[in-house]
Amino acid sequence: MELLTSNWWLFDEIGKYFLPEGSTRRWVMFGAILLGISSGVIGSFALLRKQSLLSDAMAHAALPGICLIYMLTGVKDPLLFLVGASITGLLGAIIVSEIPRHTRIKSDTAIGLVLSVFFAFGIVLLTVIQKNFGGNQAGLDAFLFGKAALLVRYDLYVIGTMCLLLIGITLLFYKEFKLLTFDRGFAITLGLPAKKLELCMTLLIVLAVMVGLQAVGVVLMVAMLIFPAAAARQWTDQLGRMIIIAAFVGGFAGVVGSFCSAIMSKVPTGPVMVVVCSTMLIFSMFFAPNRGLIPKWLRLRNNRQRIRRENILKSCYKTCEERENWKVIFTLKDFTTYFRFSNYATRQLLHYLVKKQRLVSFNGGWQLTPQGLDKAEQIIRKHRLWEVYLTEKMDIASDHVHRDAEDIEHALDDKTVQQLEEELQSPTQDPHGKSIPNVDFSRERKTT
Amino acid sequence: MGRESKKVDEETVADVHDLTVSYHIHPVLWDVDFQVPRGKLMAIVGPNGAGKSTLIKAMLGIIPSTTGWVKIFNEPYQKVRHRIGYVPQRGSVDWDFPTTAIDVVTMGRYGKIGWFRRPGKKDREISYTYLEKVGMQDFAQRQISQLSGGQQQRVFLARALAQEADIYFMDEPFAGVDVVTEKAIVNLLFELREQSKTVIVVHHDLQTVNEYFDWILLLNMRKIAIGNVDDTFNEENLRKTYGGKLAILSKAANAMTKGRVDGIID
Ligand SMILES: Nc1ncnc2c1ncn2[C@@H]1O[C@H](COP(=O)(O)OP(=O)(O)OP(=O)(O)O)[C@@H](O)[C@H]1O
Ligand SMILES: [Mg+2]
Repeated sequence: MELLTSNWWLFDEIGKYFLPEGSTRRWVMFGAILLGISSGVIGSFALLRKQSLLSDAMAHAALPGICLIYMLTGVKDPLLFLVGASITGLLGAIIVSEIPRHTRIKSDTAIGLVLSVFFAFGIVLLTVIQKNFGGNQAGLDAFLFGKAALLVRYDLYVIGTMCLLLIGITLLFYKEFKLLTFDRGFAITLGLPAKKLELCMTLLIVLAVMVGLQAVGVVLMVAMLIFPAAAARQWTDQLGRMIIIAAFVGGFAGVVGSFCSAIMSKVPTGPVMVVVCSTMLIFSMFFAPNRGLIPKWLRLRNNRQRIRRENILKSCYKTCEERENWKVIFTLKDFTTYFRFSNYATRQLLHYLVKKQRLVSFNGGWQLTPQGLDKAEQIIRKHRLWEVYLTEKMDIASDHVHRDAEDIEHALDDKTVQQLEEELQSPTQDPHGKSIPNVDFSRERKTT
Repeated sequence: MGRESKKVDEETVADVHDLTVSYHIHPVLWDVDFQVPRGKLMAIVGPNGAGKSTLIKAMLGIIPSTTGWVKIFNEPYQKVRHRIGYVPQRGSVDWDFPTTAIDVVTMGRYGKIGWFRRPGKKDREISYTYLEKVGMQDFAQRQISQLSGGQQQRVFLARALAQEADIYFMDEPFAGVDVVTEKAIVNLLFELREQSKTVIVVHHDLQTVNEYFDWILLLNMRKIAIGNVDDTFNEENLRKTYGGKLAILSKAANAMTKGRVDGIID
């Protein structure tokens, strides 16, 4: 609920500067924010219950309901529309769940079926209304893509009440919804009335869809429901936080949407809200820590660079070891021919190693520093200890162990290395007869 | 209960009477009848698709049964839910759900917490103790999808323990668990038995039945045999359970499905 007040505050600030006191635009903004928050909240459950497509079908199925109610009553009352839309929306949902139970048609096909049939029927009714009810229908085609600017104060009372109801119920049943969504069977053994609670969740989704219809429209409504939740999922691994973030994303979209349509003429609120949500979703998919694509890619790249640097140090060490000269000077060509990296990549790696004082530039070449030697020794030690471990404890032939060790040397942590050494009782030679460097050894060598 | 109500002795904790279960219209369990005495560690053994999970689910009211009834502690299960613990098959949930290990264990407390209230500090503490008991305390704050299969299994076990029940139903708690963990879990089960709680376990490894369990139910679409392991777990019963596919029964099931589709049987 803190979020609500914080959005209120934002709303006030913006309102003071840009929106005249008491104007209907203010109410539109208020409605858009509430709508965004409530669809974010219940959308989180829709997403986790894998009901995104079902929600879309229900939104489209609302159209004939709205038309029928109008044809029956001849008045444009948001409450009546809500009732009509809910009836056909729910009917659509029921058909979707019944078809796969009684026929061989799978549920994704059933969803597609319901969505297109109901929507087409709605469009037909819309045309009929246009022909027979004259200019009055102007309000109805707004339900296709939404027209928040047409909202009057009474509409907003309805929307506001429904949104608060929706958020309130979700908070009240949070624990039960969560358990039921995660593990239905277990929830039933605890005595939760699964069917009733599921119906309740579906009703809440229907409600969210229905209150969004006037502002966002049947076509785009599913985006308002799913995008904030999907964006939020990228940032956290906890349901509670996910819901809060989704509410925030939705609310923010409401602010931006209504604000844009207020200061720019002919810019519709609903579609702008959807654009904002999708932008935030795309941003989250790329930049969210842990799950985001770019942080993932960076981690991968950093690791690869580290492995390459470690390999360079290791190769220096091995050459020095072979020549029994710890002061060998390496040229750029030595590295490029050995590793087949490009000149540029090699220079970058070497530059970094010099900066970290693992190597020094020397007569146009490079030489290991004492720190570099230490580091190289650590890596070699891991490599050769692991080879010993594989041959001695796992009975793997000594000519098979090198490849495994190549990978593990970059991954073993110090604690594991220590355990490894204890278990193997500090061996001094690897299976190929090379010596395993240890602390005493290196001190001895550096002094000579 | 109408006909020949069997004399149920006091120590019977679970009483299943003439239970038949169908998915849609396809019967998978036929007229299953058995009793489980108190303080037993009972294995349910049978081939894949024998209906072991189905039996447990039907006993706990997760799926409806066509005929028959189940009594636990001499009551319908609805009345004694707070005394029942349950470990579902691991594959039955989506592990990518945004929640942590400790959170999942705390779900075992929900039945005790009741409607509308949030788990309190005490519930968290209790949950943590059980997480410790299965050796998972270091993973308390881990997102559950980042746990290995065996670790997920242990979290589920901890959740059931957190229910602090008198009878436990566990569906393959050893699936995907290494030998050391399996021994640790078995010791936990022994501990439960010592507190004269009853544990019913779906088990796949016939090698270890003798070592772990003292009671066994052999099941393949119907009850083959039930009793103490020494007498019941013999070659003949095993052959009845695993040998052949119980050809006639399967055929009958298919015929019945077809009959219902065609409206011959209602
Ligand atoms: N949701 C379902 N819908 C339709 N049929 C099902 C469903 N679940 C299980 N079945 C069928 O019921 C039968 C029994 O399934 P069940 O899961 O109880 O077997 P199980 O003994 O637990 O097998 P496993 O050892 O593989 O876990 C199987 O033939 C299966 O195909
Ligand atoms: Mg099973």
